[in-house]
Amino acid sequence: MTNLLEVKDLTMRFGGLLAVNGVSLSVKEKQIVSVIGPNGAGKTTVFNCISGFYIPTGGDVVFQGRPMQGKPGHLIAREGMVRTFQNVRLFKEMTVIENLLVAQHMHAEHNLLKGFFLTPGYRKKEKELMDRAAHWLDRVGLLEFANREAGNLAYGQQRRLEIARCMVTEPKLLMLDEPAAGLNPNETKELDELIMHLRDDHGVSVMLIEHDMGLVMGISDHIVVINQGAPLASGTPAEIQANPDVIKAYLGED
Amino acid sequence: MSESIFYFLQQVTNGLTIGSTYALIAIGYTMVYGIIGMINFAHGEVYMMGTYVAFIALAGLSMLGIDNPLLLIGLALMVSIMVASAYGFTIERVAYRPLRSSKRLIALISAIGMSIFLQNYIRLAQGSRDIAMPSLIQGGFLMGDPNGSHIMISYMQIIIMISTVICMVGLTLFITRSRMGRACRACSQDIGMTNLLGINSNNVIAVTFVIGAALAAVAGMLLGLYYGVVNPYIGFMAGLKAFTAAVLGGIGSIPGAMLGGLILGVTESLTAGYLTAEYKDVVAFSLLVLILLFMPSGILGKPEVEKI
Repeated sequence: MTNLLEVKDLTMRFGGLLAVNGVSLSVKEKQIVSVIGPNGAGKTTVFNCISGFYIPTGGDVVFQGRPMQGKPGHLIAREGMVRTFQNVRLFKEMTVIENLLVAQHMHAEHNLLKGFFLTPGYRKKEKELMDRAAHWLDRVGLLEFANREAGNLAYGQQRRLEIARCMVTEPKLLMLDEPAAGLNPNETKELDELIMHLRDDHGVSVMLIEHDMGLVMGISDHIVVINQGAPLASGTPAEIQANPDVIKAYLGED
Repeated sequence: MSESIFYFLQQVTNGLTIGSTYALIAIGYTMVYGIIGMINFAHGEVYMMGTYVAFIALAGLSMLGIDNPLLLIGLALMVSIMVASAYGFTIERVAYRPLRSSKRLIALISAIGMSIFLQNYIRLAQGSRDIAMPSLIQGGFLMGDPNGSHIMISYMQIIIMISTVICMVGLTLFITRSRMGRACRACSQDIGMTNLLGINSNNVIAVTFVIGAALAAVAGMLLGLYYGVVNPYIGFMAGLKAFTAAVLGGIGSIPGAMLGGLILGVTESLTAGYLTAEYKDVVAFSLLVLILLFMPSGILGKPEVEKI
């Protein structure tokens, strides 16, 4: 099986600070890969470099056989790679359904004049977008809130809406940055099921940054550990749990 | 009704006329600020060029033998909108996009440079003296007693208000209903996230500049016909007034720009009517200072929360 995402020797330097130093990882199709590490290890920076939010200072990011490093974020998204952030970044003043409609902007035709004159083609496309949005709202259990302002949803609902917003773009790789942060155990369990479902029924690969070890060990096919910007270990959940270096990095040396 | 009420209503009518043109220009400031957080100080010059283009188009069209005033105005308005939109697009492309990732202050200086450049370009190309235009639309409605107390609403004032209402309704529909409008709203809330969802924010920004320029051209043409004169310096004052209107309504808010324009126009007109016309700019800009001091987020704006 070919790798969906291949990251080699990724390096990110901010002035004198080497935030990411030679991280390599790969994600296969329909695989859930977690990136873990102590706070400040550079996990989010790795995400930012892969998703085009930062331009990495070194290394290769290859997605579906095509180089991605240095491409603008919107083109990377169009290749099928979408992400969330640690903090919720919904369009809070737009309604729930509008959040999902705007995310499908790239699927719609980009003819401005058609939009002005409301042609039948425009309406038909708009209905397609609406149907897909409604499907995903139903899937994450937010259909009844479709016309509410996104900022008024409960925190856990906002998290689910963010995942739905990623999914309407029909991605191949979904990158979630601490999706369980701030969720209660019940909501975390729902999230766990949702991620598995996305992988099994929708064929997306998932990359995950997460501190909830129960969640990580339960659903990951592969785990990459980063410490102080450098790769520390990589393997299956069982291998990682048994790795003395990882335990040392998390618990400190004595 | 007593004379004083008629006098008051007359001042309000005049104020609403000027105010609606302020509102049209203010939208260009507020939309651009809403999306890229920058004050486009060259926007007033786009308005000024819109007036020049309209005057040139009117002269050209009447030489071609078109003499129906409404048809003349309609055609000249289209020419003016197209040329000004092209200017708006080009200004963004040349002066702001290359600086997108630099500090805001740098883009602001580029905007001021652009403003000076455009003003002087028009001064060289068209001369620095006033250019006058015979009024195409004359007359108006008279309400009340023609020999006693009455209000006079000219047809030109009616055209200005109706055109403004059409533009505002069109813009509101565009922003709330269309796909591009939706993308504009998304960009104004979180441009980085919008990018990562596959939307090319550069296109959205370009559309914003084009819309702002088109509305400024409408204002330029209408105000040009209302006053009947244009010179290369009108963009400065009109730009400042529209900026004040945008801040008054809450910068970043489109309904705020509309409201701010009308309030500013009426305030000015009442000052001119009851105090003295020389002090109307003093009052307008005192208003700006007071808002910035006591109500920095404006009437309809949201309190500024620093984005993390």
